[in-house]
Amino acid sequence: MISEDSILATVADAVRAREPLLIQGNGTKSGMLRPVQAARTLSTAGLSGINLYAPKELIISAWAGTPLPEIEAALAASGQHLIAEPPDLSSLLGKTGKPQTLGGITASNLSGPRRVAWGAMRDHVMGVRAVTGRAEIIRSGGRVLKNVTGLDLCKLLTGSYGTLGVITEVTLKVLPAPDATGTLVLPGLDAAAGTAALSAALGSPFGVSGAAWLPQDAAARVPGLAGIGGPLTLIRIEDFAPSVLYRIGRLKDQYALPGAITLDTAQSRSVWADVRDAKPLAAGADDAVWRVSVRPSAGPGVLNALRASGTVGFLDWGGGLVWLAGPADTATHAAVEAAARAAGGVWTLLRAPDTLRGAVSVVPDEAAPMARITRAVKAAMDPGGILNPGRLYAGL
Amino acid sequence: MIRQPGSKPEVMGRRIHILAGLRALLPETGLITEPNLLKPYETDGLSAYRQVPLAVALPETTEQVAAVLKYCHQNGVRVVPRGAGTSLSGGALPMEDSVVVGMMRMNQILDIDYPDRCAVVQAGVTNIGITNAVSENGFFYAPDPSSQLACMIGGNVNMNSGGAHCLKYGVTANNLLGLKIVTIDGDIIDIGGAHLDAAGYDWLGLLTGSEGMLAIVTEVTVRILRGPEGARAMLAAFGSNEIAGAAVDAIISSGIIPVALEFMDRPAIHACEAFAHAGYPLDAEAMLIIEVEGSAEEQDRLLGQLSAICQRFDPLSLKVSQSPEESLAIWKGRKGAFGAVGRISPDYLCMDGTIPTSQLPHVLRRIQEMSDSYGLKVANIFHAGDGNLHPLIMFDANDPSSFHKAEEFGADILKLCVEVGGCLTGEHGVGVEKRDLMQVQFHAHELQQQREIKSAFDPDWLLNPSKVFPLLEPEAAGLPQAA
Repeated sequence: MISEDSILATVADAVRAREPLLIQGNGTKSGMLRPVQAARTLSTAGLSGINLYAPKELIISAWAGTPLPEIEAALAASGQHLIAEPPDLSSLLGKTGKPQTLGGITASNLSGPRRVAWGAMRDHVMGVRAVTGRAEIIRSGGRVLKNVTGLDLCKLLTGSYGTLGVITEVTLKVLPAPDATGTLVLPGLDAAAGTAALSAALGSPFGVSGAAWLPQDAAARVPGLAGIGGPLTLIRIEDFAPSVLYRIGRLKDQYALPGAITLDTAQSRSVWADVRDAKPLAAGADDAVWRVSVRPSAGPGVLNALRASGTVGFLDWGGGLVWLAGPADTATHAAVEAAARAAGGVWTLLRAPDTLRGAVSVVPDEAAPMARITRAVKAAMDPGGILNPGRLYAGL
Repeated sequence: MIRQPGSKPEVMGRRIHILAGLRALLPETGLITEPNLLKPYETDGLSAYRQVPLAVALPETTEQVAAVLKYCHQNGVRVVPRGAGTSLSGGALPMEDSVVVGMMRMNQILDIDYPDRCAVVQAGVTNIGITNAVSENGFFYAPDPSSQLACMIGGNVNMNSGGAHCLKYGVTANNLLGLKIVTIDGDIIDIGGAHLDAAGYDWLGLLTGSEGMLAIVTEVTVRILRGPEGARAMLAAFGSNEIAGAAVDAIISSGIIPVALEFMDRPAIHACEAFAHAGYPLDAEAMLIIEVEGSAEEQDRLLGQLSAICQRFDPLSLKVSQSPEESLAIWKGRKGAFGAVGRISPDYLCMDGTIPTSQLPHVLRRIQEMSDSYGLKVANIFHAGDGNLHPLIMFDANDPSSFHKAEEFGADILKLCVEVGGCLTGEHGVGVEKRDLMQVQFHAHELQQQREIKSAFDPDWLLNPSKVFPLLEPEAAGLPQAA
């Protein structure tokens, strides 16, 4: 167990010594984005524990090093859950034998299938404590659900991959977990038709909270979908049991597709956990993995365009999240960049050998005026450039 | 009274030259300089503070905004962005030497994309204008601040506006996908787009709620949502604030998240009933308006469960709406609350703090004690699900001492909100109103960190300065800030 003060002291030492720090929790996401060159590592894993959980106020607050499963278990015991359904990507990023932490999932702003309806991790971070590169503890937000007091550094720090501050404590909005989950499975639709069906579902009044399309090979990798066959379009409803029944029924009538089947709560939870954790992605041991975020209707085009480059993938978020795996070389990466750009979207290189991820833009480079501001904000938060240098952008 | 910074003599001295320069950048009627025409821009929803600006620019395109900002930057002129001027915290209050950039002429809806559930609109489109544009297809834009008929989306972005339905749908920040902004350098930058997750830093999140201090927003990509099959409200009246608070806890604990959960105390009930004749129970100490969504059967089931929960707290009355008309009647009083209080007292301050909901009974008790000791009446309206409290403090503007007392009373309430674990503002923003209270919530170095981030966007502190942060002496003297 370590204290927030000891993290402060470590950062202060590093500032004085002008020595960069690799910032991490349990390091489960160290394979993401660019590799960091740092003499020392600062882990928040020892700063662990739930500080406040007020189910009636829909608020939980914990130290950054708290294992995410510990938080999920505490919430489940009170019938609540993490709204953004954060994934466990250890099957892609490699198992470290340790769980991901609250700080890690916040610093990477990774969200699961529910993001399409209920928002990302960043939408539910109500408060943050962090040690900046000025070696100061700062707070932003608080422990209430509505707060516009001052600049929203919660959002700036969430998804900043430890480059602007070492997140030490996170306060999240949580919600009651749904009683029941149901899934409508539409077989046989290609990517474009599947995405159109997902758009119709998401544009229905039925509160769809999951919308994915899996090509045949990807669907076959999900045990809960075994034996159905063909590409599958998945539509999820989470609500009280009678509402799930009613809404799935209405959606089923709406499509009137032969062969449509429904999954019950247990089946649905297993299938969507697999979708959340990118299990349908057939990523070979040497493959690179990308997440591309585009307007939903553009998802099928990105997927199809990149097939020529030897990639495989599937669609979540109604088509707006394209999961891709393919050859870990600069040509394939360039193709992913081009496809994302052509669709007006963005890419994240989630996994690749150091040689590739150190050599390419793991996220899109910013236009010059924005990049200037980015450098100025980085300098404002971390004047010595000691926090996770180069994690997001080369030279920053 | 809240202190305003002094004017920059070099700007005031070059006034004529600066106005001529601006005029050349704008359409023929795009620059207002005549004192009588500037008058409407001297204040916003915080009407106790007034200052006529140097000029008002009314650009029609992003490029004109860029030209104006570049010019102001080169000439050291302060800029105050303005939408409809509905800010309750003085966010659009001008300085004497400032140019107000009014966004009302940029009022076009540029694109509506139903399959991708988003719309691109200019900053001067009203909040309700977005919903009106998509309602024929059953869609809506979720955040619904009380001022939604007038307030503009650019202002909503800058204040991260909320509304009565945030518990389910979130605030402005949760309903945005992209922005087009203009920096003080005159650079035009696109942030985000029609996709859900941006890569890199969350500039969209930082800009939302930045109160016009970082950039001017000219276009906004919003999420549009399909409306539910239907919605219905119920009303539950209780014998004390404590009991009503306990009922709120029990509702949240039941796993039902109503789409709205509004709390009114006795003075608010009486004011609203006298105004709207909504059939509110005048014997009650506290009242909840609870709204649920779904099909008729789903509404019945949820309202039945909620009624059963409320029954456990000895309600004085319980009224479940049986029709859209009855729901409308239940909401009528709540939605007319500001007008209602305005009838009792011509002048009032609408405060906006957030508290942990468990602190509600304690906070309402303390507010009543303060009301007695200040000798000013107060009515409390509360977004109970998310802890956002709106005390309306009544005073007499013809009596300066009454106004000062009201301001002090308001400050005491907000200090109390922070003391019990809450914050100074839930949805109205800091503006000038709460600027000097920021030290109650933040340490000096935390405010300095926020200032440094503003400096990263606006090194010379020309964009809406003297808002949000307590004045530092160089700024108060009208000198550029050191980074």
